[in-house]
Amino acid sequence: MNAKEPTTARHETYMTDKLGPLPFCPGCGHHGLVKSIDQALVKLQLDPKEVVLVTDIGCIGLCDRYFTTNAFHGLHGRSITYACGLKLARPELTVIALKGDGGCGIGGTHLLNVARRNIGITLIVGNNFNYGMTGGQHSVTTPTEAMTSTTPWGNVEGPMDLCGTAVAAGAAWVARTSIFDKDITDVIAQAITQPGFAMVDVWELCTAYYASRNKLRKKELDELLASLNFKKGVLVDKPREEYSAHYRRAYEAHPGAARPRHSIEVQYDSTVDQQIGIVIAGSAGQKIRSAATLFAQAAMFSGLDATQKDDYPITVMTGHSIAEIIVSPERIDYTAIDSPDYFLVISADGLKRAGPRIAKLPETCTVYAEQTLELPETKARIVRLPLNETAKQVGKLSIAVIALAAMLEESTLFPAAAFATAINKFQKSKVAEVNIKALDAGTELANRGGRDPRVSPEPASPQPS
Amino acid sequence: MAREFLEGNEAIARGAMQANCDFFAGYPITPASSILHYMLELVPQVGGTAIQAEDEIASMGFCIAAAMAGRKVMTATSGPGISLYSENVGLAQMGETPMVIINIQRQGPATGSATKGAEGDIQFTRWVTSGGLPVIALSPATVGEAYELTYRAFNLAEQYRSPVFLLASKEIGVTKESVDLDAIELPPLVERQRAASAGEYLPHAFQQLAEVPPISDFGGEHIARFTTSTHDQTAYLTTKPDVIQQMIDHYTAKIDEAADDMALYKQDLEAGADTLIISYGIISRSVMVTVKNVRARGRKISSLILQTLWPVPEKAIRSAMQGVKRIIVPEMNMGQYRLEIERLAPPGTQVIGVDKMNTSLISPAEIESVGGLA
Repeated sequence: MNAKEPTTARHETYMTDKLGPLPFCPGCGHHGLVKSIDQALVKLQLDPKEVVLVTDIGCIGLCDRYFTTNAFHGLHGRSITYACGLKLARPELTVIALKGDGGCGIGGTHLLNVARRNIGITLIVGNNFNYGMTGGQHSVTTPTEAMTSTTPWGNVEGPMDLCGTAVAAGAAWVARTSIFDKDITDVIAQAITQPGFAMVDVWELCTAYYASRNKLRKKELDELLASLNFKKGVLVDKPREEYSAHYRRAYEAHPGAARPRHSIEVQYDSTVDQQIGIVIAGSAGQKIRSAATLFAQAAMFSGLDATQKDDYPITVMTGHSIAEIIVSPERIDYTAIDSPDYFLVISADGLKRAGPRIAKLPETCTVYAEQTLELPETKARIVRLPLNETAKQVGKLSIAVIALAAMLEESTLFPAAAFATAINKFQKSKVAEVNIKALDAGTELANRGGRDPRVSPEPASPQPS
Repeated sequence: MAREFLEGNEAIARGAMQANCDFFAGYPITPASSILHYMLELVPQVGGTAIQAEDEIASMGFCIAAAMAGRKVMTATSGPGISLYSENVGLAQMGETPMVIINIQRQGPATGSATKGAEGDIQFTRWVTSGGLPVIALSPATVGEAYELTYRAFNLAEQYRSPVFLLASKEIGVTKESVDLDAIELPPLVERQRAASAGEYLPHAFQQLAEVPPISDFGGEHIARFTTSTHDQTAYLTTKPDVIQQMIDHYTAKIDEAADDMALYKQDLEAGADTLIISYGIISRSVMVTVKNVRARGRKISSLILQTLWPVPEKAIRSAMQGVKRIIVPEMNMGQYRLEIERLAPPGTQVIGVDKMNTSLISPAEIESVGGLA
């Protein structure tokens, strides 16, 4: 129950007459709807400071300022979003959103999502089958064949069942009533007291446009309901845990889920005396980016600054994955690598993406490549390594660590122990175990040097074009 | 104090938490999504709420309302999301809502290149919504600045009761760097001025135009009102032209008159230099290399790096321009902020743009070449 015991004098009304009469057309259903909302509040005797009336654009949105409660008047079709924001921020408030049928069209997704989430606001729809404020255009609830200013030959669209839509989206409490029904105040009061999301679809008349063009009166309204097989009354009453309560409970069930900080103290020396650019070109799923991060963290353990930029397609598990690492004894300003010092080519995907860059590499660059790949002609020194074969033995998700370890061993930028420290400190023990093996294997590959026929310092033969 | 290897998006989340952010709503979008992930983890730890909304419009709706209910709020997106934020940014201006909006810019227009960098939303941010009222926008160049400026964005939002943009980019948001966040000096935290308990609450009360009205939270001590419509100081609708003009003058004055107070920049001016480079965001880091290279060749050069883009730090810009013959403005767009530099440059000063929008950074060599510094 949102209703509170009255602490002060009884509230006889929640409306003020200081702004004069309501601004609605003579006979407009909004007069009765607004009165019913006031009467529902009187019935519940809520503290006006703990009630927020949220409206948006449309004739019904003119009414919030006639209430003595808090009032929030926002953009067309978005009252549900503001009501949810208020309720999420202050779950103790009673938040009532008002909307027209027009707002249900433009803001339809918010209706679906508030119902699905079960955020404990009350939504009251003043449903008069057209846009009254802008000249009687048809809306999402306009019946088929109806005449409106935008259906000159009768509406060819079908009407949306707002209640059915809310129910399908999982609403906990849904009712339909009309401005002519005696129980409207009770239905609204009942909706307001629901702990979860509650919606009331209130059928009414727009006397300026819809009712006059379509000869709609009380009798025709009931006939329309019957013809559409739409029911009145409380259609769904299936309470379930309100969003904020569930949110808090879910969080508290997982204490300590926060990710740890990966702090790095300098423990090793490096031989790096200028900015070094390293590119690793492989495939998505080869842990290229995480291996690059570990390598950069190892450089930081060795007193260096580091940056890492990644290049990958919008899909995650397919195509290339390229990481660019800069390590430097000084602050790194420009984070692109125009002239790499080391270029690691691990897979065909990486080669495809990086091929044009490899062809332009200077002789000062060393390329470490999986030995089965055919590299383009380049001035760079090429070291071919059995990366795939080694990864098959150690663990295929470690191929990037193997390649980086081989490069590190040959380049002596900083000790392999720094790489091991990063792996052991920042990876889960099972993963770290495999990557330490990969580090050793990569180091060993480099130490085989030119003696191993699989490690060739000769430039690669040109790729046939 | 120890260094970490962090991406800008994590630094932004940490900066927000350092500023006591306790409400976040956002919708996934590359390259800003990781901010959503971090905030979903961090915010409930301080008793707050973070939610993935159904779209960008709902993200803004949730945030504006939560801010008016007393929360310190942030949302994060990229260019396409800012397009969808647009109408609600106007609502936040209209209601004088303190909130922080992160834009991790990417290559546009439209979907553009989701995983590629650009800084093409500079004037879009200035004119982000109908009506053309002034906005506040800060632009970081490093992961450390992403942290610091996010924190400062909260302070500005609270102090000026205004939405504040952080214009970062993919090149900062998802680039990792060595950084010690704890070593970054931050100013004291600013909280919004709240209305006195006694008396009736006027949601937009001011005597002088530039005064920032005290705020009373929804659900607090007063009856609160908020409206998207043209209104007076009571937040009731008005159609009186003189009142409407006064409110517009108020929104404008509170930002524009504070421009000097909000001006954040780094200047490296060399006496006798005939060339000044004005830059911001990621490209200011290429400029730092350019300046080093040019000086190594024995040539004098000055640099002004802007962290506050809106309102334009005109005083600092005019001062740095004194005595120079040429101003180079490199940008990862087709020359947006250059429009501001051109209007401020003394007659006879040459303003040269280095414009690039092909998803790759502008290199120091390109700045030197196009800027005539090679």
